[in-house]
Amino acid sequence: MRARRPWTGWGLLVGVALVVSGCAIGGDTPGEFPQNALDPAGPIARQQDALWNLVFPIAVGVFVLVQGLILVAVIRFRDRGEDAPPQQVAGNTRLELIWTAIPALILAVIAVPTLGGIFALAEDPGEEALAVRVIGKQFWWEFEYLGDEGQGVVTANELHIPVDRPIRLQMEALSPQVPDTFDEEDPDASRSDQSMEGVIHSFWVPRLAGKQDVIPGYERLMRIEADEPGQRYSGQCAEFCGLAHAEMRFEVVTHTADDFETWLDEQAEPAGTDLEGLAAEGQELFGAHCVACHALDGHPEDAEIRIGPNLTHFASRQVFAGGIFDNDDPEQIAAWLRDPSDAKPGAQMPDLGLDDDQISALVEYLQSLE
Amino acid sequence: MTATAEQPTTGQGAFRRPTATTGLSSWFTTIDHKKIGILYFVTAFLFFSLGGIEALLIRAQLASPDAAFLTRDQYNQLFTTHGITMIFFGVMPLSVAFFNYLLPLMIGARDVAFPRLNALSYWIFLFAGIFLFSSMFLGGLPDGGWFGYAPLSILGGDPLGETLGASSAPNVRMLFYSVGLQLAGISSLAGAINFIVTVLNLRAPGMTLMRMPVFVWMSLVTSVLMLFAMPIIGVALWQLMFDIGYGANFFNPAQGGDPVLWQHMFWLFGHPEVYILILPAFGIVSEILPVFSRKPLFGYTAIVFSGIAIGFMGWGVWAHHMFAVGLGPVANAAFALSTMFIAVPTGIKIFNWIATLWGGQLRFTTPMLFAIGLVAMFTIGGLSGVTHAVVPHNYQQTDTYYVVAHFHYVLFGGAIFGLMAGFYYWFPKVKGRFMNERLGKLHFWLMIIGFNLTFGPMHILGLQGMPRRVATYPDGMGWNFWNLVATVGGFIIALGFLVFVINVLKSRKNGVPAGNDPWDARTLEWTTTSPPPPHDFDVIPQVTARDELWNRKYAAGGPGRQPMRVPSGGSADAPAEPGAHDPGAGDAHDIHMPDPSYYPLVAAIGMPIMAYGVLFTPILIAVGGVITIAGLFGWALEPSAEEH
Repeated sequence: MRARRPWTGWGLLVGVALVVSGCAIGGDTPGEFPQNALDPAGPIARQQDALWNLVFPIAVGVFVLVQGLILVAVIRFRDRGEDAPPQQVAGNTRLELIWTAIPALILAVIAVPTLGGIFALAEDPGEEALAVRVIGKQFWWEFEYLGDEGQGVVTANELHIPVDRPIRLQMEALSPQVPDTFDEEDPDASRSDQSMEGVIHSFWVPRLAGKQDVIPGYERLMRIEADEPGQRYSGQCAEFCGLAHAEMRFEVVTHTADDFETWLDEQAEPAGTDLEGLAAEGQELFGAHCVACHALDGHPEDAEIRIGPNLTHFASRQVFAGGIFDNDDPEQIAAWLRDPSDAKPGAQMPDLGLDDDQISALVEYLQSLE
Repeated sequence: MTATAEQPTTGQGAFRRPTATTGLSSWFTTIDHKKIGILYFVTAFLFFSLGGIEALLIRAQLASPDAAFLTRDQYNQLFTTHGITMIFFGVMPLSVAFFNYLLPLMIGARDVAFPRLNALSYWIFLFAGIFLFSSMFLGGLPDGGWFGYAPLSILGGDPLGETLGASSAPNVRMLFYSVGLQLAGISSLAGAINFIVTVLNLRAPGMTLMRMPVFVWMSLVTSVLMLFAMPIIGVALWQLMFDIGYGANFFNPAQGGDPVLWQHMFWLFGHPEVYILILPAFGIVSEILPVFSRKPLFGYTAIVFSGIAIGFMGWGVWAHHMFAVGLGPVANAAFALSTMFIAVPTGIKIFNWIATLWGGQLRFTTPMLFAIGLVAMFTIGGLSGVTHAVVPHNYQQTDTYYVVAHFHYVLFGGAIFGLMAGFYYWFPKVKGRFMNERLGKLHFWLMIIGFNLTFGPMHILGLQGMPRRVATYPDGMGWNFWNLVATVGGFIIALGFLVFVINVLKSRKNGVPAGNDPWDARTLEWTTTSPPPPHDFDVIPQVTARDELWNRKYAAGGPGRQPMRVPSGGSADAPAEPGAHDPGAGDAHDIHMPDPSYYPLVAAIGMPIMAYGVLFTPILIAVGGVITIAGLFGWALEPSAEEH
């Protein structure tokens, strides 16, 4: 009945576990892991990571202790065919008190910075912060820059931010559809009795901050901040939100304060209209097929009646349709226009029945929207 | 139960009461806790296998980036159903199978308190499972996550229906979820009441609460948790059913409902549910470790009270599933503290188990390997659980594969390892034959290697930013390697279970015969025959100590205070009393057991019919209702078989 050499198996097991945990802390190069939560790139994520750096070694210590004790017990106390049973020890109050008290003490040590962190992260960043309204839709993210500074700029899939300045995200979830009976004069009233609200999403850029769920019917606040300009940080929706949940991605693009101001001014400009050739054809087609859902000026209507992403400066972005396609690739734009729900199952844009010539014209036009 | 012969029997009842206790038909009418236990195990294992196949399909899809093995729609159905299957139709009823078979045997009783109610629980559970899986052919499996977050569960995952065709309104798939789980909940509630009454009222003379085996204690705590948790999810599911099916708006924010309310109700059930899944396994290892260490459980009192403490504190931690919802810093701080605090009683158990091994004579049989496996693997799950309580970092961890890794270390490394340990341990009691040890050990090593390969890498994936519930992931995220490893591990686990099934099929007929007490065990179930007679014990045992059987076999105080074996049937200070302790000596003729009954099955059959009525046509609600009520009347007026 006795396993011949039980300890070899356990040794292997502990070895595997150590290697696994070793890999988890091991340094990863950021380029290879664009969403690595262990590689923070801003003060919020660093604050969160610091707590991980506190609790992980403690967990490894307890892991080694417990598995070590099991290993020792398994080797030392294996049955050697003794006749009489061992001494029948039923407990030891002092030992039991010790292993009740010590874990409690360790947990108290972890609890103090945890509580401090919870309250620190919940602080409002105040006046100096840049305020951005974030709207989660099935299945893409919209960003609206608020206040005088924001100039009403609306963009999608890419959140541009200045470095070394807290960003105050005011987040809500809306339905991708607008009901026929929507009353533009009184959006609040319409909202209360129409299915304007979307489903739950969760905003997550691992290298800048942990998650905040975006809940229909509520406004949720979140703070992010980045250190380094000229970076693109990958993020994605982290709460299951339907068919294309996996394809609800986005990027955060960082600028110096000056560059950001320039970017914002450019975005506030209306789209160029002085076009020729194929692009002009595309412009006409856009007017006929697309404007019902996609705004083209820098100062669009209420968020409640915006349907698709604002395309005023489509070509200034690198990704589209939930951050999964490449704006520079005419093929990908064409494939999307041909059949959106084939390119991205669950996409809410209808198939417009465009022919190949129309698609080429529209691609040309979209790529001219710098 | 032993004295029904003197009672006047009622002459009413539409049909003669069935009497067969063997043969195929007996399985439909049985109210014997042992047969129902076997039914529970076989059925739950079939559902568990379905859940495993779902998991393999999920892993196949995730083995490589940008995969198209499954569509998004299929993936969402599979991951949702995997969770539902494993929790409600796999692990929970597997535990209930052990409660059924073992509780009466371990407390020295002849059956559970309400044998027909027990049968009703089983049939409702079976029909709930069939009902839920029938959705596959009636619009699709549920696809809104096992957590069914509103409003997605109300609206469906494809609002415009461009991909799935006309958007199904109402959302039939999640209607199946809300109605099917209500059925499963009725089964759990009936079972919970039955087990609580059984443990509290049917213990053998001398078996005080603090002499009960730890498995009985943990079953009691689990049953109490079920009794209070099931109504909460029942109410929530009822409301969701009305939201989806009848346009109510409890959780729909577009109409003034509150989606966060659903989350509170779901997790107020959902967290105690975690303990419902794990505590029975804790009870099982607390039986097995002492037997194969040949030592009593170290710190019995501490283990019992820490189990009770977990049962209480488990109600105060639910919002740790919701740290990223934005409940505010005060709520998050409170739930962080309660979550850390619950690690203390869990730690007590781990250290007491190790102390049980310490100084013993460890025999590495298959049940012992699985039991030690639980202690080692659950520890990892417990530690990652503590890291979850560090709320600021939880914002990074939540909804990633790190959480998937954590709860599989708890529910697979904990619950499944424990249930497997229990299966190998008690199989000789149930079948009178040992499982094959060679295959058993092969099963164990395949499981523990496959398990760690599957779920270990998920810690890394989660921290590297891979969210849960994604149908695919792009190349270039650095997730390819560990996902492939996890998939390989998943198939190794499947191989392990294949070995298990072969072992069961081989051993049930051809295994090495086992006597009444093949493991030199310590508790009452090993005093009766293997398999036990229908009435469990010829003579209800008298209990004088916590490890009753061990105390009958060994006397304290040999050289070096080591116990000595005493002659069969007595102890050094209490010489054998013929007939009192010897299971073979009693006279089984005067024992009256309750007769089999059709009515639990009849009453249960009406329920899925009513459930289909909610989905398709109200007429079925009436038809099912009539059948169930007829079944209950028949049940109430049923004659006993004696008069025939």
